[in-house]
Amino acid sequence: MFASIRSRCLPARQLASTARAAASCARTVFPASRLGCRASYHKPARSEAFKRLTKDDLAYFKAIMPSETVLATAQVGGTADAIELEGFNADWLNKYRGDSQLVLRPKTTEQVSQILQYCNTHRIAVVPQGGNTGLVGGSVPVHDEVVLSLRNMSKIRSYDELSGILVCDAGCVLEELGNYVGERGHIMPLDLGAKGSCHIGGNVAANAGGIRFLRYGSLHGSVLGLEVVLADGTVLDNLSTLRKDNTGYDLKQLFIGSEGTLGVVTGVSVATPQKPSAVNVAVLGVPTYECVQRAFKLARKRCGEVLSAYEFWDANCMGAVLRHHELKSPLGAEFPFYVLIETSGSNKEHDDEKLGALLEELMEEGIAEDGALAQDDSQIARMWSMREGIPESLGKTGPTYKYDVSIPIPVLYDIVGDIARRLETAGLYKPGDATRPVKLVCGYGHIGDGNLHLNVVAERFEDRVTEIFEPYVYEWVASHRGSISAEHGVGLMKRDYLRYSKSPEMIAYMKRVKDLFDPNHILNPYKVV
Amino acid sequence: MSSLRILVGVKRVVDSAVKVRVNSAQTAVETGNVKHSMNPFDEIAIEEAVRLREKHGQDVIKEIVALSCGPAKAQETLRTALAMGADRAIHVKTDAELEPLSVAKLFSKVVGEEKPDLVILGKQAIDDDNQTGQMLAGLLKWPQATFASKVDIKDRVLEVVREVDGGLETVSSPLPAIVTTDLRLNEPRYASLPNIMKAKKKPLKVVSPEDLGVEIRSRLQTLKVTEPAKRQGGKLVGSVDELLDKLRNEAKVL
Repeated sequence: MFASIRSRCLPARQLASTARAAASCARTVFPASRLGCRASYHKPARSEAFKRLTKDDLAYFKAIMPSETVLATAQVGGTADAIELEGFNADWLNKYRGDSQLVLRPKTTEQVSQILQYCNTHRIAVVPQGGNTGLVGGSVPVHDEVVLSLRNMSKIRSYDELSGILVCDAGCVLEELGNYVGERGHIMPLDLGAKGSCHIGGNVAANAGGIRFLRYGSLHGSVLGLEVVLADGTVLDNLSTLRKDNTGYDLKQLFIGSEGTLGVVTGVSVATPQKPSAVNVAVLGVPTYECVQRAFKLARKRCGEVLSAYEFWDANCMGAVLRHHELKSPLGAEFPFYVLIETSGSNKEHDDEKLGALLEELMEEGIAEDGALAQDDSQIARMWSMREGIPESLGKTGPTYKYDVSIPIPVLYDIVGDIARRLETAGLYKPGDATRPVKLVCGYGHIGDGNLHLNVVAERFEDRVTEIFEPYVYEWVASHRGSISAEHGVGLMKRDYLRYSKSPEMIAYMKRVKDLFDPNHILNPYKVV
Repeated sequence: MSSLRILVGVKRVVDSAVKVRVNSAQTAVETGNVKHSMNPFDEIAIEEAVRLREKHGQDVIKEIVALSCGPAKAQETLRTALAMGADRAIHVKTDAELEPLSVAKLFSKVVGEEKPDLVILGKQAIDDDNQTGQMLAGLLKWPQATFASKVDIKDRVLEVVREVDGGLETVSSPLPAIVTTDLRLNEPRYASLPNIMKAKKKPLKVVSPEDLGVEIRSRLQTLKVTEPAKRQGGKLVGSVDELLDKLRNEAKVL
């Protein structure tokens, strides 16, 4: 009876709370035809060191794993239609696309080991794939690599109620893990827009950041152990549940952020923080980028110990989100910048008082011109969907160039203006002029982490637009000693630009590490280094 | 049209996004350390009152009063109502268990003092049942328009579109009257920071049931609260034959 009453009043609220999930789910079904074009990106030539698949190879895989886990086209002796492999070959931005004829979806670590051992012996290139929500072309094949999808490995192996340490398969979907530990009073240490599709193994391989980074830090800290299968099939079982372990080199750190080039993550042990019982979210309308920074400084000063997120986005982002999601702005007018502040704590009165005082001060000082404070959980969800819905909304507006950079906070937003001016000078962009090839230049991101997402929505991916950004953006970032990839990784997109963030000596040692773990370079070739 | 006063009822309930659990004693839903917010239908009620004033102007709708009955924390909910646009608030403070009839009696006494022309209530509280509006109308002998999906006032005549089983029904009645809100009536606004700040200074009067001369009495006895039976998980079948077999022998629908 009680449940039915509640469910009757839910639809409008569910709409809001599922908006975040829908935003991420939509990625996997991005309609290719809508964009009507193929990316312009540098595709390295196929390496002839790699074997081309034959019927014998397929027979081997079919012998070691169940037939429903092998997806092969007629070209390699299978029966699958090419369309069935589409979701594995193309990324969700529809920017990168490979031509794999074989997808393997093993169910056990043992099968992963057998697959890799065989591929290593026969020099068959492999691209490990999780939820395929990556943004730098790291999770899709470049040519005919075998796709090794971890999606059939999605079991929770153990969970310790006392310590909150979770051990699970790499193919577990982040949101489902969040629900699982949520029911037990904990949260995952990371959260990102793609949570409804992305896998924890992929998160680890990409060293994903996201919106909880400010509070809970990097996966280099919260991942306690990994089970990794190396290129030759060796299983490195380092699935530790120890918070402290100083015995020798911490090998797992090498795989966090290796983007599948050093080994295939099959199991993850991760420390999950206590779920905060009191969460507050406010959205502010802010007149200048300088005020965005001042508000951040004040937020840390007044609410430091409960501050759990500080995000910002500009007016162009907001316009796209409101249009696409048919959401109503929480604020009465439009502003050049928007800030989302979240506090998480264990005492609501305490947090309310602190946040309330901060917000009043921001208003009185004129740092914020307007703002709204969520009064219930559905408003919290709707406010977050404005920030998290940005990538999807821009994607629906048109093909989107994405640059994910770390820059010192004071100059963080300058690059957005610089890029807009460069595009205008080249005659490619004029604000409000829909006939130009570039429709929108905008910026948003995790300001607390010094991480900007510079996004440019164009009519199509084409060289004359790409040339405006590359290598200009990377040079710009390097000149400020920033990073050309804050949280998205290197993948295929930034391989040739790694030198803007790493010295030749460092890149040389990276290559030696690669040689050590994967001497035949069969794992995720053409990428990272 | 002479100037009108609107009274809006608001209740503090377990947040609609929270997954409710039965307490270990099986006497009620667990409310300790659980997020509470304004009843969603009451948010809609406040929003509608504010919209009526925005539409007709301050001269026509001279005052919006928010009323809540319950423990001290009900004042948080009243502050939200004030931040959304109510002018002042009345808190009938009591820690007693409140059944709909008690709430309706408390409301009727406040109506006697405040003399509103229109009372807007949520059609139900999500943690209870939908009777308060109807009971209040009975006690006051006022006309009532329940489950409203559209509300307007023209020359002291209330016009309400209601959601009924067969579709939409348009009714009109003289004022004073009672309206209960349905989901589709409007989408409530966010509480803006300037309004939250202003709301702190708006008057909030606290009275007790004794002040109003109402004796709170429980007429119902809760024997036991249990969760609904868990849904059985679905099964994947391997073939059409297996499906047919299951439909015949397990589901027995063929």
